[in-house]
Amino acid sequence: MKTFGGPALFLDRSDINTDEIIPAKYLTEITKEDLKPYLLEDLKLPGFDPKAEKTRSAGVVVARANFGCGSSREHAPWVFEVNGITAVIAESFARIFRQNMFNCGMAAIELPAGQIDKLFGYADVADASIAIDVEGQRLTIKGGGREESVSFEISPFDKALVLAGGWVDYADTKY
Amino acid sequence: MGMTTAQKIFAAHLVDEPFAGTKVLKIDVVMCHEITTPIAIADLMARGKDRVFDPTKIKAVIDHVTPSKDSKTATQAKMLRDWARRHDIKDFFDIGANGVCHAIFPEKGFIRPGNTVIMGDSHTCTHGAFGAFAAGVGTTDLEVGILKGVCAFREPKTIRVNLNGTLPKGVFAKDAILHVIGNLGVNGATDRVIEFGGPIVGQMSMESRMTLCNMAIEAGGTSGICAPDMVTVEYLWPFISENFASKEAALAEYGVWASDADAEYDKVIDLDLSNLEPLCTFGYKPDQVKPISEMAGAPVDQVYLGSCTNGRLEDLRIAAQVLKGKKIAPTVRAILSPATPHIYQQANAEGLIEIFMSAGFCVTNPTCGACLGMSNGVLAEGEVCASTTNRNFMGRMGKGGMVHLLSPATAAASAIEGKLADPRKYL
Repeated sequence: MKTFGGPALFLDRSDINTDEIIPAKYLTEITKEDLKPYLLEDLKLPGFDPKAEKTRSAGVVVARANFGCGSSREHAPWVFEVNGITAVIAESFARIFRQNMFNCGMAAIELPAGQIDKLFGYADVADASIAIDVEGQRLTIKGGGREESVSFEISPFDKALVLAGGWVDYADTKY
Repeated sequence: MGMTTAQKIFAAHLVDEPFAGTKVLKIDVVMCHEITTPIAIADLMARGKDRVFDPTKIKAVIDHVTPSKDSKTATQAKMLRDWARRHDIKDFFDIGANGVCHAIFPEKGFIRPGNTVIMGDSHTCTHGAFGAFAAGVGTTDLEVGILKGVCAFREPKTIRVNLNGTLPKGVFAKDAILHVIGNLGVNGATDRVIEFGGPIVGQMSMESRMTLCNMAIEAGGTSGICAPDMVTVEYLWPFISENFASKEAALAEYGVWASDADAEYDKVIDLDLSNLEPLCTFGYKPDQVKPISEMAGAPVDQVYLGSCTNGRLEDLRIAAQVLKGKKIAPTVRAILSPATPHIYQQANAEGLIEIFMSAGFCVTNPTCGACLGMSNGVLAEGEVCASTTNRNFMGRMGKGGMVHLLSPATAAASAIEGKLADPRKYL
């Protein structure tokens, strides 16, 4: 199982789409590792720079509603994975992106808007980091001398996929 | 309690329910293209599992970048081609026979009412037009589909959208679906199926129904669905005539997949389209929709007619009707990509290609290319495209470019005027 956590990258917008996460022109790459330089290349947000150290060192992304909408490209979870980001926390996800994350053994965690607001309270904290306990369904955010924990819901199937390390092994054993 | 089409299909295809709320379904049709499949193939090979569950249920096409534009896309095409040959996948469509996946697979009669369909492409929802459950999936789901013929879903609820009244002149399925998306919002149908019904859908061709279902994903929907009826049977008849004594017999068998009268919906939306205007998107999300009358005059650098949304013969006929005897404005460039070779040939036989070329259109081979900014019509920074495609995300058709989504008629009118234009004066 992957470990989930690390420095938090806050992307303060709803409807961040897969073209923004990884533009289609890079879908010609055949290996996941080749996607690495293009993380969030077309995302335009005030103060956000895809090449900044803060982006490159992130372990967890925090965003608003309908994250990952648009294309079915699993290149979106992969570009996160090869950059060390194994979890996205958002108010809601587009279905295919959410499933792709769990299918890769990664975590797409939904929290109510109020809890997401609470996490965004750490957006300006330089050392904000999040640790996620998928089995215990609890995450902890730390930074600037503060610390808070919140519990989250995850479907039993999605949890099983994370614990199994993804859908291919799970399915090939079972079906 | 009655059942919806989606509920009936889920019940008939259930393989396992490993946890409450998660249903593993048997998949009838697994469709593949050269962008999302090669990584699945490579992963299966790396795992020592280079197998396919049933080569007759797998359909494959090279469509996103074709003919290949560089070594990387040539490699992707080669990987798919070699794999299809290795596993004896007969329904594989290569250069000369290839077209946009969501146009060519229905054209070949591969999708039937009651089917489950997956593909590593978000616009797979198109095939719900046949009364099927058709969902876009990622590469891992595709990989498992190829290997085992199954896929897991949270059973979606169904939103019923009734399109009532009659479509006014100059208003088409594209305008109807833009109106629906404007109404639902870009995540209004997440984890939902959108079932289209009502008198307007009943009178629509299969092409128009595919245009409706194609954009269900733009509201977050898992699949679009239209009930199978005589229009469906007529479309499929060349492929099924040997299986049924009559069209009525086919309808009787397919009709069972229609939602029951007392089916329970998550939500029912009634939209009277009798006064709808041609529509156009104005921002970077497909739910940002305005009447063309409010958008007319906005600048356009390129007009694009094609894609899985609007590259079918019906679309070309409508656009040609607008363009006949006219020239495109000297300030725009216009590109037509008929969605399949068959559509291209038909359009040629009907004289439509002549109309487009005389008007000043560049006619390219069938491909997805420009729609997602990969080839055959990529925008430069700051350029604007009036496009019959399905996504207006910032940079979608090229970094720094903007897209206005609209119908083929509105695209054609905009080509003539060199700016966004109302098609009704040309019809």
